[in-house]
Amino acid sequence: MSEPLPVVIVIEDEPKIRRFIRMSLEAEGCQVYETDSMQRGLIEAGTRKPDMVVLDLGLPDGDGVDFIRDLRAWSDIPIIVLSARTTEADKVGALDAGADDYLTKPFGAAELLARVRAQLRRRSSAVGSGSTVFEFGKIRVDLGKRIVELSGKPLHLTPIEYRLLAYLITHPDSVLTHRQLLKTVWGPSHADDSHYVRVYMGLLRKKIEDDPSQPRHIITEAGVGYRFISV
Amino acid sequence: MNDARPDPDELLGRIKEEEIRATRGKLKLFFGASAGVGKTYAMLSAARQQTEQGTDVVIGVVETHGRKETEALLTGLARLPLKEVAYRDKVLKEFDIDGALARKPELILMDELAHSNVPGSRHPKRWQDVEELQSSGIDVYSTVNVQHLETLNDVVGGITGIRVWETVPDHVFDAADQVVLVDLTPDELLQRLKEGKVYLPHQAERAIQNFFRKGNLIALRELALRRTADRVDGEMIQYRRDQSVARAWQTRESFLACIGPGDGSDRIIRSAARIATRLDVPWHVIYVETPELRHLSEKRRLPILKNLKLAQETGAETASLAGSDAIETIVDYARDHNLSNIVVGRDHVRDWRPWYRSFADRVGKHAPDLDVIQVAREEARPDQRQEEPTDESLLDRLNAPWQSFAMSVVFCALATLIAMPLHSVFDLANIAMLFLMAVVLSAVRYGLGPAVAAAFLNVAAFDFFFVPPRFSFAVSDVQYLMTFAVMLAVGLVTAKLTAGLKFQARVASRREQRVRALYEMSRDLSGALVPEQIAEISQRFAETGFGARTAIVLADEKGRLQEPIQIPGGVPAVDMGISQWAFDHGAEAGCGTDTLAGSPLLYIPLKAPMRTRGVLVLEPRHQRRLMAPEQRRLLDTFARLTAISLERVHYVDVAQMTTVQMESERLRNSLLSAISHDLRTPLAALVGLADSMSMTQPPLTAQQCEIAMSMREESLRMNSLVDNLLDMARLQAGAVKLNRQWQPLEEVVGSAIKATGATLARHRVSVNLPDDLPLLQFDAVLIERVLSNLLENAAKYTPPGSMIGIGTTLGRDYEDISVEDDGPGLPAGKEEEIFKKFERGQKESATTGVGLGLAICRAIVEAHGGTIRAENRRGSGARFVFSLPRGNPPSVDTAEEDVLQEESQK
Repeated sequence: MSEPLPVVIVIEDEPKIRRFIRMSLEAEGCQVYETDSMQRGLIEAGTRKPDMVVLDLGLPDGDGVDFIRDLRAWSDIPIIVLSARTTEADKVGALDAGADDYLTKPFGAAELLARVRAQLRRRSSAVGSGSTVFEFGKIRVDLGKRIVELSGKPLHLTPIEYRLLAYLITHPDSVLTHRQLLKTVWGPSHADDSHYVRVYMGLLRKKIEDDPSQPRHIITEAGVGYRFISV
Repeated sequence: MNDARPDPDELLGRIKEEEIRATRGKLKLFFGASAGVGKTYAMLSAARQQTEQGTDVVIGVVETHGRKETEALLTGLARLPLKEVAYRDKVLKEFDIDGALARKPELILMDELAHSNVPGSRHPKRWQDVEELQSSGIDVYSTVNVQHLETLNDVVGGITGIRVWETVPDHVFDAADQVVLVDLTPDELLQRLKEGKVYLPHQAERAIQNFFRKGNLIALRELALRRTADRVDGEMIQYRRDQSVARAWQTRESFLACIGPGDGSDRIIRSAARIATRLDVPWHVIYVETPELRHLSEKRRLPILKNLKLAQETGAETASLAGSDAIETIVDYARDHNLSNIVVGRDHVRDWRPWYRSFADRVGKHAPDLDVIQVAREEARPDQRQEEPTDESLLDRLNAPWQSFAMSVVFCALATLIAMPLHSVFDLANIAMLFLMAVVLSAVRYGLGPAVAAAFLNVAAFDFFFVPPRFSFAVSDVQYLMTFAVMLAVGLVTAKLTAGLKFQARVASRREQRVRALYEMSRDLSGALVPEQIAEISQRFAETGFGARTAIVLADEKGRLQEPIQIPGGVPAVDMGISQWAFDHGAEAGCGTDTLAGSPLLYIPLKAPMRTRGVLVLEPRHQRRLMAPEQRRLLDTFARLTAISLERVHYVDVAQMTTVQMESERLRNSLLSAISHDLRTPLAALVGLADSMSMTQPPLTAQQCEIAMSMREESLRMNSLVDNLLDMARLQAGAVKLNRQWQPLEEVVGSAIKATGATLARHRVSVNLPDDLPLLQFDAVLIERVLSNLLENAAKYTPPGSMIGIGTTLGRDYEDISVEDDGPGLPAGKEEEIFKKFERGQKESATTGVGLGLAICRAIVEAHGGTIRAENRRGSGARFVFSLPRGNPPSVDTAEEDVLQEESQK
């Protein structure tokens, strides 16, 4: 039996853009359902058993953040949000509410497909393997044994650095906001000290990146947060 | 439970005190028992030490009296030139306070704290100059003798027989930060005197010789020592309170001193002050104005005002109350203010009347639970007392316009006329009643004088017209003499009572008028919407309430006073200098105050809850009328009401402005986002559609593919153009709110390089950032944009394969971030122009762009409080440098990390 096609719901009010997204996703082999309002989107999401939602934040009939919260109440499927530039606050709000990634308009088909693939891959791997060993670049992390190695030699990380790294590698390809990282690594009382994350992220980069000023794995999303890329 | 927790009010007060102290200059007093002990010498020595330690010391005033050793100390100390003040036809030299404030040394020397300034100076007393110096943050050294302290003045006078008139209020002495006692034994002092080392003015040499008797000197020395000891004691109590050691006083005893119109009130005040200061308790001084006292002559009322002022200066709370019964009023006041001790002066009246009760006794009888303390008044000087004609006031009271007397005569005549026909019907006794009626009427209508006249006239008329033998003053029956006497007595008593009642009614109605006027004013003020209306309302009130013209001078946000608000009818000629002084110091100035009393106008700062709003200027027609305590209180209320209304009006303005601003900001933002949405959506669709075109089946030919790609690229370029234009519009409209966070520079450099990615593909980028850079506070998105724009520019204007370097240098307050290349560099002389809008380095080049990039960079960097500039490198290539303020980065708590590490090692 062939694998079922991944189901993607596209919620976007602009027909031209919707059409282009649909074409790109279908070329990639997805089954696409599209709607132009949040209300309808929520119904579609409830009935189509989607594997992913692509959501435009600038919909006329409501706040995307509410949609994400509603959806997150009963589902953990990946959500990619589409937004315009200069609205970092909206993006952060959506990500904090539970979105996984974002794309800034205008974006090309290649960018869109890369994100979609990454999220679908993450979903299938999360469902499948229970492996606790992660490898990227010259780094190997064994979460079960709490060991980090660089080119086969043990690499010393402080507890916070380790927790930060562990959280990053278990959420690859997703954008993690400062607030999310602070809450998980430092605890809720530090939720507003975002400079902690930035400082420790810098320290972590110095240990695991070849060139910390042009990182390959821990990517900064300016004004929003970080994204971990394993390849 | 009464635990030792400090009273919050008191703590608050102390904090306030400390706050004021922290900004205020410190006062160090060199305190001596008498002239000649070497205070000035000690002060100069201390000042020299300060100079050696590098303090900026200036001599304000020093009197060396020609002593050589003292003069020797002056060399090397900077001296503030004295101001020449013309007084009468002489030119006198006086301390120049404005000069001192302008020079603003760290420490200034002011000899002779008790000195009185030449009339026409800003303050009448030098200690007031010192207070002003202190309040502008200048430390002061000064000298003072024990006999110059206000409360010790009469004690010293009693010892030496010489009274000095130049005094310093005790609170100045007590508030001094340090007091150094300069001590010399009487023998040594006398020795110095013999050697001529003590300055004696030539006139009155005899009196001074008398002063320097050994007995006097011993007594003065003891006083000085004891006063210093008291102060030290006070400091000790303060210290204990600071440390919250159990309070020295469990229940606060407090004093109420009562003063009257008689002599010796100042002595009561001084005694009360001494007791209260020693016990460190609050005290009040009140004067009760009974109906009788209202008739006092101006000459006798003035000393009362003076005494109340003295009490205020020595630290008491003062009040002048009106009441028909002095004792009741006093006791009520004491109960209301929780004052448990009443200080009264001892009566000097000889007890020849057995029923006579002294004032103290009567107070005691009325309030058995309160302690009554009797203190001595001035030694009785019976001869002098007799001389003073007390009936001056009685005459005053009897005084009335002649019409009133005429009317009382008319009343008598009427009574006689009415009685005539009744004479045959009624008894004589009843006829007499009719005459009494005339007295009462006169008293009610015309006051005491006419009533008394009527009383006498009635008796005469009754005798003449009715008592047999009629139409003659002769009396046949002696019993009528009795009738006359009773009639006269009843007439006089009735007259007095009625007139008294009437007087009280008048006082009450006047008070009611005042209250009503205040009420009306506050009602009018609550409807006022602009300062001009407030100015008019206060003018109206001042006219009726004080007989004065007013002007309101408002201050702008920076504390500079503007021209007085113009109102119909004009304003008095305001002296802006005095206004500014009153405003800056938050104190009254002008006539009737301590500051520039020579001015005909009174300047009252308008203190509102948030800040001082301006100055209220009054031009009274009768200065004295403003001096009465109840008028002063009314004036204070008046000023306060005006100030609060001005503040209210101000905040109405502010609120309106904010609403308008918010509204326009909202409009701007929604307009900008609507435009940006409408412009970007088709572009986004274009980019996407061009992309999807290449995915269609069957696949496109190579040529078609290239067309689709160009469409895509052009759309993206268009998009970045739109971005630039919108960003510029946003930045210019001030619609950008910086989201400033503390973050490492490295991070934003990394994300900028990544964002520029494709453009930089054919260039080599080298990043050279030190490891230990401090965090900077900036908006990551915007600074990323600055860096991207600079990198893009570098890529655009240099040939492929060029080197682009990013580096940084740390300054003291700023961190410089530079982006440099080794390309052809900037056209010479254009380094500044390229930051202008629509300006490009090479005008006729094929390089695309409208030249907004650098303008946006500049706008963003400047919004961060930094600067940006461009220059050519020495070899070749261009360098763009922008700086960001360093500020105070927050520390990252690594202690927590250590704890975690230890835990994990376990």
